[in-house]
Amino acid sequence: MNEHKILEMKQISKSFSGVQVLNNVDLSLYPGEVRALAGENGAGKSTLMKILGGIYTKDTGEIYVDGKLQDISSVEVAKELGIAIIHQEIVLVQDMSIAENIFLGREHSAGYGLVNFRKTYEETQKLIDRLEIRGVTPQTMVKELSISQQQMVEIARALSTNARIIVMDEPTSSLTDSEVTKLFEQIRQLKKDGIAMIYISHKMDEIFEIADRITVMRDGCHIMTESIADTNYDQIIRSMVGHEITDYYPEFRAQPGDVILEVKNLTTDRVKDISFSIRKGEILGLSGLVGSGRTELAEALFGIDPIHSGEILLNGEKISALSPEEAIKAGIAMVPEDRKDKGLFLTNTINFNMTITVIDRLISKLICNKEKEKKMLDSYINQLHIKMANLEQSVIELSGGNQQKVVISKWLATEPSVLILDEPTRGIDVGAKSEIYHLMVKIAEMGVPIIMISSELPEIMNLSSKIAVMCERKLVKIFDLAEETPTQETIMHYATGGYRNEKK
Amino acid sequence: MKKSDTGNFARNNPVGRFISRNAMILSALIVMGIVLSLISSSFFSSANVLSVLRQASTNAILSMSMAMVLIIGCIDLSISSSLALSGALCVIMINNGVPIYLALAVTLVFGAFCGLLNGVMAAFTDIPPFIITLATQQCFRGAAYLLTDGRTIMCYDDTFTKIGAGSFLGIPVPVVIVLIVLVIAAIILSKSKFGRRMYAIGGNKSAAVYSGIKVKKVTVIVYVLTGTLASLAGIVLCSRTYSCQPTAGTGYECDAIAAAVLGGVSFNGGVGTAGGVMLGSLVIAFLNNGLNMLHVHAYWQTIAKGIVILIAVFFDTMKVEKMRGRKV
Repeated sequence: MNEHKILEMKQISKSFSGVQVLNNVDLSLYPGEVRALAGENGAGKSTLMKILGGIYTKDTGEIYVDGKLQDISSVEVAKELGIAIIHQEIVLVQDMSIAENIFLGREHSAGYGLVNFRKTYEETQKLIDRLEIRGVTPQTMVKELSISQQQMVEIARALSTNARIIVMDEPTSSLTDSEVTKLFEQIRQLKKDGIAMIYISHKMDEIFEIADRITVMRDGCHIMTESIADTNYDQIIRSMVGHEITDYYPEFRAQPGDVILEVKNLTTDRVKDISFSIRKGEILGLSGLVGSGRTELAEALFGIDPIHSGEILLNGEKISALSPEEAIKAGIAMVPEDRKDKGLFLTNTINFNMTITVIDRLISKLICNKEKEKKMLDSYINQLHIKMANLEQSVIELSGGNQQKVVISKWLATEPSVLILDEPTRGIDVGAKSEIYHLMVKIAEMGVPIIMISSELPEIMNLSSKIAVMCERKLVKIFDLAEETPTQETIMHYATGGYRNEKK
Repeated sequence: MKKSDTGNFARNNPVGRFISRNAMILSALIVMGIVLSLISSSFFSSANVLSVLRQASTNAILSMSMAMVLIIGCIDLSISSSLALSGALCVIMINNGVPIYLALAVTLVFGAFCGLLNGVMAAFTDIPPFIITLATQQCFRGAAYLLTDGRTIMCYDDTFTKIGAGSFLGIPVPVVIVLIVLVIAAIILSKSKFGRRMYAIGGNKSAAVYSGIKVKKVTVIVYVLTGTLASLAGIVLCSRTYSCQPTAGTGYECDAIAAAVLGGVSFNGGVGTAGGVMLGSLVIAFLNNGLNMLHVHAYWQTIAKGIVILIAVFFDTMKVEKMRGRKV
């Protein structure tokens, strides 16, 4: 890579109301390079990218594009320089077609303020062909596309601006494994065309697969830049966290006790004929591809989906959870997948969020038992190490890891018999992930069995005492880790439906 | 650390909390008071203040009723029409010899029923509450015309007119009613389990479902409360004007929204206090009164009111932006 640098950011600093978020950060890119950008939440990655994209302006420092000093003062300037940013959340207009979305804001003109649709569709078709997006036409509505296809449209939009530097902010967070593979094929294609990419991700295996070099940031500073071949997992984690994480996954030996939850031939609209059981002290890892019915199974147990047939036994008693309220009463607690959407009241206080499930116990005849409330809150805050200013702080101000702890504590407060965690570590940085793992083991050891749904196989493999694999809305295999230790490949084999060939 | 000390004071002390939450609108009220009393010496006379409060009572009750639905993230545009319909029903019952207290009770139950209709539709269908209540607004208004045959009906029943014109310990009865409504609403919102559930639903409906809150049930009950308060406002208005009119209250739902939003209720739900709403409706009342005293033409008054609402909401959204931008 002795070509010229396509991008050089030198000594970039930025502070917000007196807080230094970036401190003399350097970053340079060569054409055709994929650069992983890693760091915990709050390390300054997104701020740096927003400066590159013209959303924020830097306080000090210089940015060179193609060796020329540039003043990226607005998003328009960044676009003209060939810089495109694909944000983590998809920002497409759902009710418009692919073509309309790609050329939104810079429509081809047919004169008199009218849109030249023919040209728009032609250009879009070229992009679709180039990226090999299958099964769509320029006129297809965005809302009809899968998430990965929408991600592709975002990339097409970036390409249509003749971008030479593309920033992807956690592009795989909502993609399935096969979709990730497709995305990587496209990234390799773009590399050949000499396009430089900055790839922000928390997922190490992806970084090792796709990136050429990695830059790690911490607390607004550049910590290291290293060729992927010359570094390793431990070094990256150490750089991100600032210290060694010795026991990233806690030691966990399940001591199975009595059967707590037993599910027999459970069928709903969205899952078919599910049977399994979980004992006291166990962690059941529920694996499978996105859309395989994992969340749907959890929602059936939690009373969100009506049950057509089969039964649920909790502590030996049959329960028929018709609503979440009844499920909670029976002793089932569920931390939903989407923390912000389904788990939290973001603008309300920590106190409000933690007590909302148990207000029946705290408030009687309009009088809130402050003493009991404080005792309960204190105990969870200490056990879970929730970092916050005070209980009246809005949860929106907390980091992802601390938000997740608030959700977990709100459910522990209900003193459940079984706790369901749906993707408990999504969008949480490495240090906080490890804390959540330790917390889960502690909860299991206290006697509350956990059903953990996760797309991250290492999580499933390291924490579970049993692994259940789902495929196409059925539970296809249960591994008891006391008896056998499946490999990731074995689990994927079942999750992708490979078991069918076996039967034949 | 001094700053955070005063912060703690504001949080832990109910009066301090009230002041810090409503700092903006309180200062607006004070500034208005000072300016108006400088311009007109009669402004701070007890006669003027009491008459302003008496006039403001209808809007105050309606604002509280609107605030309830806004807090759960819904809206009720029909309250102005159910006010007219309930008022008409009440006056006609009294004129036809129904005992006054029975008539009042029936009217309130009828208001609750109007709210129930809205609530059931809002909770059990996917039609947006804005559209549901826009439709029922038309229906209730039409029913009011039918009931009154399109005419103003007078009512001189002594007990009835006392509700609007009488005084209790020197305080106008409508103001007493407003105070009672305020206290009950404040208790529901800030002290009760039901109130916390309301904030939860308005704050994040799916999180509320996942927390085991019966969202539909709470929604219906809140609409019933809203409808009941609307009919109470109807009774007060009719009694104050000795009559019922099919056109009564037209456009009042907008004033109610304005007062609630001025008082810090979020249009997106989940935020707002009873005290704030009351301050909001006071600001609107004194704004009207002050502009009257300044001999500002009624048409210009309406424009002024609109501008005040825009400014207030603008500052409110700035506050939310700031909060979202700030993360640990």
